[in-house]
Amino acid sequence: MADSPLFQALHMEMAHALCAEQEKGLGALEGVGFRVGQGLSERLTKETPSFKDELDALKFLCKDLWITVFKKQVDNLRTNHQGTYMLQDNQFLLLSQLSNGKQYLEEAPKFLAFTCGLVKGALSNLGFDSTVTAEVPVMPSSKFQVVIQKS
Amino acid sequence: MSRQAGRGTESKKMSSELFTLTYGALVTQLCKDYENDEDVNKQLDKMGYNIGVRLIEDFLARSNVGRCHDFRETADVIAKVAFKMYLGITPSITNWSPAGDEFSLILENNPLVDFVELPDNHSSLIYSNLLCGVLRGALEMVQMAVDVKFVQDTLKGDGVTEIRMKFVRRIEDNLPAGEE
Repeated sequence: MADSPLFQALHMEMAHALCAEQEKGLGALEGVGFRVGQGLSERLTKETPSFKDELDALKFLCKDLWITVFKKQVDNLRTNHQGTYMLQDNQFLLLSQLSNGKQYLEEAPKFLAFTCGLVKGALSNLGFDSTVTAEVPVMPSSKFQVVIQKS
Repeated sequence: MSRQAGRGTESKKMSSELFTLTYGALVTQLCKDYENDEDVNKQLDKMGYNIGVRLIEDFLARSNVGRCHDFRETADVIAKVAFKMYLGITPSITNWSPAGDEFSLILENNPLVDFVELPDNHSSLIYSNLLCGVLRGALEMVQMAVDVKFVQDTLKGDGVTEIRMKFVRRIEDNLPAGEE
């Protein structure tokens, strides 16, 4: 199948149902994403040798992982070469079902939490601890900031 | 370059397992959030219902099936079109009631439960309960009130997974009667 209606429908419903109680809900959503990120990252890299460095891992995230979940690659990856990365997706799949109006900007955290967890989980599986935050500069694009924690 | 090609094929396969992985993660989270299995079951059913109510439009658009004339046709469409389209399996239809208002869907294997084992302290959990809600919500949107429940579950040691569907009543539109 070219797209993933069941996954998208499930994501949409999770964003609503789990976030009925705001604060706790975002954490729960992120937790779900984290587990999915770990699992996907594990399965996608089963046959391949481990990444030679942090940047390689981020590139895998932006290509293979993103395509698997969001049907396209990340449009823009920037880094300061000091552990901070910015991933930008200009046609973010999980925002595509929402109208482009401003009213959804308030709700945006609900629709980004799962993916923040996904990124964290994937990186965690590859041996990197990170913090991930996200924002919607303008619908339907999303920007994820990843900061790799130095141990 | 061969390394990339290998990853590409993996990606396609992973796509179809994305839902299963996400579903598993959701059930795990709900088991954390709720104290008992019954509450998780209810929440899964509710979420499934909300999904079904929206998914029906997607289904009708993709599948191009016409209006079903009776419950037997509905059963066929559910098993041979809907399940195939969304989960890649075709359950068999059995155990029709004499009145023709109840049947079972038999799933030899349930893709949702790949790699899943129920831990001992969750014996009342109906792991795939989302499916019941989805079917109920979707059918409600096409004017059918149905009862859907799992009667056998491979996760609980049964040989197959069996979903029992019962037609309750037709839901009348609020539209005035007339030719369409």
